[in-house]
Amino acid sequence: MGIFQRLQAGLAKTRSNFIGSLSAVFSGAVDDDFFEELEDALICADVGVNSSLQLVDVLRKRAKKDHIKERQELWQVMQEEITAMLTAGGDGEIVIEPDKLNILVLTGVNGAGKTTTIGKLAALYTGQGKKVLLAAADTFRAAAAEQLATWAERAGVSCIRQEEGADPAAVVYDAIQAAQARHVDVLLVDTAGRLQNKTNLMNELSKIGRVIDNNAAEAHTEKLLVLDAGIGQNAISQARLFGEAVELTGLILTKLDGTAKGGAVIGIVNESGLPVKMIGVGEKTEDLRPFQPADFAAALFNE
Amino acid sequence: MANNLADKLQNIFAKLKGKGRLSEADVTAALREVRVALLEADVSYKVAKDFVARIKERAVGEDVMKSLTPGQQVVKIVNEELIALMGPEQAKLKVSSKPPTVVLMVGLQGSGKTTSSAKIALYLKGQGKRPLLAAADIYRPAAIKQLQVLGEKTGIPVFSLGDQVSPVEISKQALAEAQSHGNDYLIIDTAGRLQINEELMNELSDIRAAVNPTEILLVVDAMLGQDAVNVAAAFHEKLTVSGIVLTKLDGDTRGGAALSVKAVTGCPIKFTGIGEKLDGLEPFYPDRMASRILGMGDMLTLIEKAQQNLDQEKMAELENHLAQNRFTFDDFLEQLDQMKKMGDMKDMLAMVPGLGKQLKNVQVDDKQIVTVESMIQSMTKAERNNPAIINASRKRRIALGCGRQVQDINRLLKQYEQMVKLVKQMNAMQGGKGMKAKKGGLRLPF
Repeated sequence: MGIFQRLQAGLAKTRSNFIGSLSAVFSGAVDDDFFEELEDALICADVGVNSSLQLVDVLRKRAKKDHIKERQELWQVMQEEITAMLTAGGDGEIVIEPDKLNILVLTGVNGAGKTTTIGKLAALYTGQGKKVLLAAADTFRAAAAEQLATWAERAGVSCIRQEEGADPAAVVYDAIQAAQARHVDVLLVDTAGRLQNKTNLMNELSKIGRVIDNNAAEAHTEKLLVLDAGIGQNAISQARLFGEAVELTGLILTKLDGTAKGGAVIGIVNESGLPVKMIGVGEKTEDLRPFQPADFAAALFNE
Repeated sequence: MANNLADKLQNIFAKLKGKGRLSEADVTAALREVRVALLEADVSYKVAKDFVARIKERAVGEDVMKSLTPGQQVVKIVNEELIALMGPEQAKLKVSSKPPTVVLMVGLQGSGKTTSSAKIALYLKGQGKRPLLAAADIYRPAAIKQLQVLGEKTGIPVFSLGDQVSPVEISKQALAEAQSHGNDYLIIDTAGRLQINEELMNELSDIRAAVNPTEILLVVDAMLGQDAVNVAAAFHEKLTVSGIVLTKLDGDTRGGAALSVKAVTGCPIKFTGIGEKLDGLEPFYPDRMASRILGMGDMLTLIEKAQQNLDQEKMAELENHLAQNRFTFDDFLEQLDQMKKMGDMKDMLAMVPGLGKQLKNVQVDDKQIVTVESMIQSMTKAERNNPAIINASRKRRIALGCGRQVQDINRLLKQYEQMVKLVKQMNAMQGGKGMKAKKGGLRLPF
């Protein structure tokens, strides 16, 4: 299966739900009911209240300006608008720079899928012939380090860990030292899940960020927020508050293979102001993939 | 823009009241804003729509607009309807007539099943029960280990057969183990799965058939968006869920998902997960959740927390001191100590009605309390009792003792003076107005 087909397969459910419910709205005459129905359909698809209102507004203005009377004619306009929203942030691949240390720090709330994503990234980069090291900086949750160690074993890479309850920043410091000494290409840092309104835990995260900035200034660092695509309006709050704790460089969206979730990507891309770097559309390693907005939009709209 | 739903409603309807006559169109327009506000709280679109229709009916019928405070009237109606929708009453865990009572935990990946399983087990243990945990998540790496560690921490036995035996078999054998060991509850932790994964959903049906659980609890992340209804409906259709556990409620989400899942499945929410500590499990109170969705704060939980954690005797003593205009640094220290016991400051303040919104951007740092404590602890007994004697030389010594600057000590002393002044004023006011001074005079809020 080609990359595009995989993406299409992973998004099959999304497409049938998202497009199914949306296209149902696009028949008949353009009237006030239409815009209300469209707004409902978009919100239902988890596009988010603000982005939905924004889309409806654009369509309303366009209909007025071009005197469009048939709903059908606006379908193309909406596709264009959604594609424009998705592509505004540009392609979001994680670039691994050659001949230097690359550090990827994964942050997020509890249960977003950080550890699993790291496992997949470890396999991905090892497969590309890169030297990978994992850092278990989730020293809080029971057996989190074991979980990461299992992934490390599967990918055949080492994992730096300390005992439960250790200072996560110290684990990161150790891992940086080890990565530099062993000439590692990619250091993947797993952090503990934390809700974004817990000041102390967010400060702890800032400290991890500082340790990296101070000890591996020469490295190419990506600070990524892992977001569960099923999360609703809270995603925006997460992007904002995690961004305040560490300077986020992008997002990874997980669990996109559910039902209504394709729409969430539109809202998140539009409202978070951060580029989506990777998306997870399935359980397998190869289901974690770079986010190419144009492809995504095409996969969303094309049968 | 008013950020919480309650304020928004009040504004909308107060505006309407200004009009001489109210048309149905006015009400419809106002309720449209209500609907958007509900959607912003992640309430499912269908639920929000039905809900608004019901509010409209009541708002028009009950002469709301003739009242002097239509805004408040509508908030009251919305509050009542929310409670009705989510409850109306608190639901307890069902008990099987033939022990053990089997509780099957199901849900999406990352919703918090393993943690919730351990929390429920600990909750039952606290009631004198003898629960057994079963590790039937054979897919996620180290999931079994996670449950075992939690079992160790809570002193609750964990049944496991490793990750090479099928979850159905693990569940069966766990049940036999619980029966032979006289455990009265068996809590089975299963792997997270998407509701559209047929193979894994069938596995849950098989477990259900094998152990015939009394409770099937669907664990739902409170931050879930519109998809919450699909998730809940699919799990319910497949398994006939008996109750909901709502997790991560200590985040800054409004938790509209709570409304959605209840409305879709008709199942009561039995527990809420709050915080990462294992005692962070609370029964679900529909009225409090309604307050939260409306953004009205949660005074009841705050008061309850205070009652649970504050040392009543010491508080009484403190009140006495205040009444006698005698508030020393020792009292101050004691007060800080009591406050710390109640948990995270920001969480607590957020529960105060009207404060939640303002606090959004305020950083409340628990460490500030520690700083103040260290300053007071660097004072001698005499200084604490009679701060007037603290001169420049003493200030330098105190600053050295706690590793701060003299300016910090000055600031603390100033705060203290203001507090003493406030206490005196309040006491004087109570006496001056000829009010019958209660015993203890000035009462603390808790």
